[in-house]
Amino acid sequence: MNCIGSNLPEGVGQPLWLLAELTYRCPLQCPYCSNPLNYDLNKTELSTEQWIETFRQARKMGAAQLGFSGGEPLLRDDLEQLIKAARELGFYTNLITSGMGLTLERMQAFKEAGLDHIQVSFQASDAEMNDYLSGNKRSFQEKLEVARTVKKLGYPMVFNCVIHRENIDQIDKIIELSLALESDYVELATSQYYGWALKNRDHLLPSKAQLVAAEATTNRYREQIKGKSRTKLIFVVPDYYEERPKGCMNGWGNLFLTITPDGTALPCHSARELPIQFPKVTEESIESIWYRSTGFNHFRGYGWMKEPCRSCDEKEKDFGGCRCQAFMLTGDASNADPVCAKSPHHHLITEARDNADLAQPAQGSMIYRNRKNSQQLSQTQAADLIPAQQVEME
Amino acid sequence: MTENSILTQIPILNRLFRFQWEPSSHRHVLLYPEGMVQLNESAGAILTHVDGERSIAQIIEALQAQFPEADDSLIQDVIDFFTEAHHELHWIEFT
Ligand code: SF4
Ligand code: SF4
Repeated sequence: MNCIGSNLPEGVGQPLWLLAELTYRCPLQCPYCSNPLNYDLNKTELSTEQWIETFRQARKMGAAQLGFSGGEPLLRDDLEQLIKAARELGFYTNLITSGMGLTLERMQAFKEAGLDHIQVSFQASDAEMNDYLSGNKRSFQEKLEVARTVKKLGYPMVFNCVIHRENIDQIDKIIELSLALESDYVELATSQYYGWALKNRDHLLPSKAQLVAAEATTNRYREQIKGKSRTKLIFVVPDYYEERPKGCMNGWGNLFLTITPDGTALPCHSARELPIQFPKVTEESIESIWYRSTGFNHFRGYGWMKEPCRSCDEKEKDFGGCRCQAFMLTGDASNADPVCAKSPHHHLITEARDNADLAQPAQGSMIYRNRKNSQQLSQTQAADLIPAQQVEME
Repeated sequence: MTENSILTQIPILNRLFRFQWEPSSHRHVLLYPEGMVQLNESAGAILTHVDGERSIAQIIEALQAQFPEADDSLIQDVIDFFTEAHHELHWIEFT
């Protein structure tokens, strides 16, 4: 029996959920990708042994869910090995993939290695839209094939589609496709505005009217399939249309642990964009990172809060919202998430909503997530960061 | 469904779920795509006997042998558990 239970800091949860971003390499170029804008600066990836050691340590600390993501995790040749090791450690293993280049042989090998679940992400319902949105021509046919094979091999089928301004009006077709593929779970998640999605926000944020219509459509399908199909339709509204922020990650450093390709440990997958140092699993044990590092303790508890959060009676519900969103929109990660109507920065959100009501809300064209754009953005981003830090010091 | 007919049912775990013991939190859990249910002791004890072969009546017998101090309410508790796990939570299917 392990005994990490003895000297735990008060009130810190276990890292039940481990997200392993195996690589930033990816054949697609989704404009809403949550990878950091400057992902191309750092091409280091943990070795097979380093990943397995990471899994072992996290499992010992209570991690039970393991997501293999990226980039495109299929580009790791050792994925079979990683799955096998994780499964033997007792993880429930989730593969989060675009399905590009996934062959039947490989899916069978994953099955033998003990993979529990494959989530295939779609961009939209028809080939044209899909290719347009992912910047790749062949992707749609391949994905359909993969989704059918997932089902054939007896995996739970989780159909994921990021919903945004350009595909939200086709939500009926998207749902029909997911039902035709006999999906067990259908995640219709509106894009969250981090990383590339924030850059492309004006292209992606649906209008209120679009959103209301899409929710009504989803409800109509829920009624239609009631009693006939076990498919669960999950529609995630963008927080931009809420008056209170979401309880981000169930609290900072409380449940989620993300490891980036180079081994940096993060409390959530977009925390890399914060001006905070996060430790690497190659330099410190996960136990020490989780319980003792400055990065993971930074926003634990309520002591870091400013007004209006500090004296707010709802702070235990939402922890002041998302730290990354607060930082990206206000320049200070300790501010209230501007999604909150009590935030003095809430106008940033309502302005974006008003903008989304325009017929042509966006200037210029979408910026696709690829190496060229990443290199360009890394340069401008370095320049952007300096004034943002000055704001915080004032 | 009458109580007698439910007793002859053979429960099996819905293929979307995996049932296992978690050594670090000392309890059973149900794992499913990107999610987890942390089970209380009695749910854990009942599910341990679900193997797709034994009927609910046989599972009750096994539990009575395992917990001789339990009184007759055990029978109703197990029936209630399976009814809810089947109809509402969809953890359990009947073969
Ligand atoms: S969101 Fe798209 S571009 Fe980003 S990692 Fe996933 S598939 Fe690749
Ligand atoms: S003021 Fe802060 S704590 Fe209160 S509801 Fe808004 S974000 Fe949450």
